[in-house]
Amino acid sequence: MSGRILIPALSGSIFGAGLALGGMTDPARVRGFLDIFGDWDPTLAFVMGGAVLVMVVAWQIQPRLTQPLFGGGFNLPGTQDLTPRLIGGSALFGIGWGIAGLCPGPGIAALVIEPVSAAIFVVAMLAGMFLVRIFEGNA
Amino acid sequence: MTLPGFPDAAPLAGLAGGVLIGLAAALMLLGIGRIAGVSGLAARATGIADSSLPRISAWAFVIGLPVGALVVLLARGGLPANFASPVYLAVAGLIVGIGTRLGSGCTSGHGVCGMSRFSQRSIVATLTFMVTGFATVAVMNAKGLEVLP
Repeated sequence: MSGRILIPALSGSIFGAGLALGGMTDPARVRGFLDIFGDWDPTLAFVMGGAVLVMVVAWQIQPRLTQPLFGGGFNLPGTQDLTPRLIGGSALFGIGWGIAGLCPGPGIAALVIEPVSAAIFVVAMLAGMFLVRIFEGNA
Repeated sequence: MTLPGFPDAAPLAGLAGGVLIGLAAALMLLGIGRIAGVSGLAARATGIADSSLPRISAWAFVIGLPVGALVVLLARGGLPANFASPVYLAVAGLIVGIGTRLGSGCTSGHGVCGMSRFSQRSIVATLTFMVTGFATVAVMNAKGLEVLP
């Protein structure tokens, strides 16, 4: 039961706190990182580096567990192929990320910091996701 | 602490925030066997994506994001927030939504969870969205498009 709600709620909360603490809920910081030819702000690299370091350790522990600690089974992506869809989609995502300095996590977390602006971004993002589903049937 | 040559950077706060994000993602992975990918979880919560993860679990994660940010906001007595105008936010949001579904992930799923697994797909995806992100800001700056206040 704890795995169903408590663990994801705790994970989301720690994640959101990390984004805010790392400055990622401020689009100016994110855009500062993406502005490599201008006044570059490397903060995002430290956020990403810290997160990846911890997760490298977690991925070493994962194969030693027969099942997750709080129930259910491991349900992890298994695909390996590099498809035009993966690359084209990621390229598009980067363009949107660059325009406003927001990606999904900070956009949602910022709902408590700058509610109206964040809500416009999040609603538009969900609309974009929904469009893909409509056009593809099952995205 | 400041970084020599980059007076505006916040390396320690960034590293601390990053470690928290990593711990959160590790909790999802080792706790319930899932990737902490925000775009995928948001799509799952809203019913846009189908998966074996219960929607209530995806909602729990998604609602946790602003709750965690609120704790930091209150503890710090405010956070800087420079947002683009509504038109830019809407256009950017739409493109981010389409791109993350087609690309199967965003900064968290590919960047944090996938790269740390040395996933070939995630490394390519992350390099791709970083390059187009850099290019977008460079082109907008070259055109004199001021997006943030």
